[in-house]
Amino acid sequence: MSEELLNVQNVTLRFGGVTAIEDISFDIQKGEIRAIIGPNGAGKTSMLNVINGFYHPQEGTITFRGETRRKMKPYEAAASGIARTFQNVALFKNMSTLDNIMSGRSLKMNRGFISQMFYYGPAREEEIAQRKKVEEIIDFLEIPHIRRQPVGKLPYGLQKRVELGRALALEPDLLLLDEPMAGMNLEEKEDMSRFILDVNQQFGTTIALIEHDMGVVMDLADRVVVLDYGKKIGDGLPAEVQADQAVIDAYLGVPH
Amino acid sequence: MLSEIFVEPFVLMADIPDLLLQTIWEGFVAGTLYALIALGFVLIFKASGVFNFAQGIMVVFAALTLVGLYANGVPAWLALIITIGVMAILAISIERVVLRPLVGQNEAILLMATIGLSLFVRGVGETLFGGETKTMITSELGLPTGITDWNVFDGRVTFQHIDIAAVVIAVLMVAGLAVFFSKTRIGRALRAVADDHQAALSVGISLHQIWAIVWFASGVVALVTGIMWGARSDVSFALEVIALKALAVLILGGFTSIPGAIVGGLIIGIGEKLFEVYWGGLLGGGTEAWFAYVLALIFLLFRPQGLFGERIIERV
Amino acid sequence: MFYREAGQFKTSYKSDQAIFPILQDRIGLGLIVAIALIGIPFIATDGFLNSIMIPFLILALAAIGLNILTGYCGQLSLGTGAFMGVGAYSCYKLATIFPDVTILVHILLSGFFAAAAGVIFGLPSLRIKGLYLAITTLAAQFFLEWMFVRWGWLFNYNESGAIQNVPQKLFGVQITGAAADPVTRYLVVLSIVVFLTWIASNIIRGRIGRSWMMIRDMDIAAELMGIKPLNAKLSAFAVSSYFCGVAGALMVFFWLGSAEADVFNINLSFQVLFMVIIGGMGSLIGSFMGAAFIFVLPVVIRTIPRVLGLDIGGATVEHVSTMAIGALIVLFLIVEPHGLARLWQIGKEKLRNWPFPYG
Repeated sequence: MSEELLNVQNVTLRFGGVTAIEDISFDIQKGEIRAIIGPNGAGKTSMLNVINGFYHPQEGTITFRGETRRKMKPYEAAASGIARTFQNVALFKNMSTLDNIMSGRSLKMNRGFISQMFYYGPAREEEIAQRKKVEEIIDFLEIPHIRRQPVGKLPYGLQKRVELGRALALEPDLLLLDEPMAGMNLEEKEDMSRFILDVNQQFGTTIALIEHDMGVVMDLADRVVVLDYGKKIGDGLPAEVQADQAVIDAYLGVPH
Repeated sequence: MLSEIFVEPFVLMADIPDLLLQTIWEGFVAGTLYALIALGFVLIFKASGVFNFAQGIMVVFAALTLVGLYANGVPAWLALIITIGVMAILAISIERVVLRPLVGQNEAILLMATIGLSLFVRGVGETLFGGETKTMITSELGLPTGITDWNVFDGRVTFQHIDIAAVVIAVLMVAGLAVFFSKTRIGRALRAVADDHQAALSVGISLHQIWAIVWFASGVVALVTGIMWGARSDVSFALEVIALKALAVLILGGFTSIPGAIVGGLIIGIGEKLFEVYWGGLLGGGTEAWFAYVLALIFLLFRPQGLFGERIIERV
Repeated sequence: MFYREAGQFKTSYKSDQAIFPILQDRIGLGLIVAIALIGIPFIATDGFLNSIMIPFLILALAAIGLNILTGYCGQLSLGTGAFMGVGAYSCYKLATIFPDVTILVHILLSGFFAAAAGVIFGLPSLRIKGLYLAITTLAAQFFLEWMFVRWGWLFNYNESGAIQNVPQKLFGVQITGAAADPVTRYLVVLSIVVFLTWIASNIIRGRIGRSWMMIRDMDIAAELMGIKPLNAKLSAFAVSSYFCGVAGALMVFFWLGSAEADVFNINLSFQVLFMVIIGGMGSLIGSFMGAAFIFVLPVVIRTIPRVLGLDIGGATVEHVSTMAIGALIVLFLIVEPHGLARLWQIGKEKLRNWPFPYG
């Protein structure tokens, strides 16, 4: 039995009168790829937002690496080892690819204000040490040719890749990917799938993934959790979930 | 010290109730005018999402045009009509030249464009009419100028007739606008545009037409404000800085709410007068220069969405 | 042809991360500094130094200050003038309380008072964004301006209510006061501005500068990268106000000689904002370009009628230049929202490829 990395216990999240997530519990084991699927509006993105501290649930707890909490600031989540990408790319548009990925190293840099002021010396050493890490990520994602370009002008597929790079720069224990392949063509999807598998296998990063493309989910995921209208309706191996009647009904619709 | 802040002002209020009434009335009138300027902002912000920093200078420009025309021998009533025409031309040109090319830019860029615009309009006003202070043609326009005293609480409260007229006209204008926006086709179109530009376009509403109308409406509001304000003090470019207080009003009332603009205007108008009269002395006076902004700042820390706004939920 | 980086290979990250990685740019910068340091003091008249160069440098410093806050960190401020005032008044107080300490120390210290004011009025930025924040900075502007008038201690209870510079010598040379040579004053201002610009460029390309730009571009994502919004925003307010404060102190002690509270009014805030817009948000070179443009343009407009022999009143010329600047700001925002700095960059790109249309 592998070790548990994240445990979501009876989480409920409401916005005013609307319940976005209702009493959901699931766990993520260390080293696995866990997919979260469900129709639009099922509460998948809200779930990620709860995990990395952007939304604060009204009820329930989240245990990450043995620490239990309900409320947490996003930057505390980042510091504890949770990184993510967004459904609609949330890159720093006016900054270059290099700077975007460097931004993921912010937490690893701690030279003080005085050294920053004079730059030459400790600040530069630190900058160069981090730059080496960033260049490794750039090579890994095969994007050295766009190193200097402002990301706002890059094609969508590459932006998604830069965003993955930025998340990887945090060297997270848990990587949350919100529809990493939305809007991609087949070739781009294959590239992205390869990167996700490589990240998981080479770096041993645990991944939680939201994805609509069932083919991708079945190929990548070790286990799948299914949400519908903010409730959990399925949890298990991909093949089990695929055969589950409740899941099929949620996707295809049933006469009420 | 504490008693000077927490006790004595209230004792003074109770001792001399006519002074309190007078102060509240003065604040009420000033607040009405702040509300009118804020109304101009709200109209434009609702329809086009532009935060129109130039509203203050439009007030000055309208008043200057009116006074300038009269000084050149145009009869008062004709000057008024021509000024309305000038405001219409100004509205259409702003829509054409400034707004249209900047569609879709972020709000900070639009704000800065209107700051540039206000500088331009000020330059035009100064070139045409000169920079010196002028007197509003109050009686020529048929506005009352006398005063009425009201003996009450063994004292006296003085009402300037022009102030009463200002309040009455402001009420009539707000009522008129409310009817216009709720009953007419253009009003309905405006509300549609305010809700969603794309959706409004898709049902065949002309954005450009609506924008021009809205700028014109706020131009007319500016003219009325300019006349009233000019009649109470003078017509000068210093008004532009005072008009910035309407921004603080907007924070209290919310950027898109007409009732908010009115309530916010009154709170600030009455609040700053009371503060200056009863507490200003402790600080050396002149607190009206900043009271509105500091109140807005404190207010924002507790209720960022304004008095009538809805709670903002951020999405990712 | 000549402006090419062909053959200049970078073999270390150190050289790749230099501010000006291209050799020709470094030569160009060296030339500009040499001209400013040696050429201008020799050829310029006192009048040119007094009424063009010194104000230009001081306003450029203020523009850098505002650019740090607005251009790099994305927080719009309309209170620049007041923060400059805080610098000026604290420098005056320091110089009159400690007359034996050199004015250069006072000037660099006075920035810290402005920084403190910046942090206090920057606190709302943690809850408020965009236009709302811009309006709260008006509170700083009007409140501080009021304080400069009402708090007599600030100007030592002068009859005039104004603060004056304090004549001082450095190494036996008069550097402030009426007796100071314009060339000396120019060189002092130039050194301070060059030094602080260098500091600004260092901060901007390091960790802290990056955190500002992250907040500017996408504050939510920045937070998820581990940036604390509190630290990033308040450090931007502090550094920005420091620069503005030093510029304000320089303004009184090396340019105007004396100043009343009204000097630091909202029009000064707008003037500096225009410099940042025209120069280019998020560009240090742009801050200099914008300052030159906004400050020099009215001078040029004033000169044109005289050169043409036209007899136009001084007031009219003033009004026309207000109009022209307003129109230019609108035009710039429509045509090139990234300002002169972007035009400069495009020009360089063209030059790189010249004589071919594409690279």
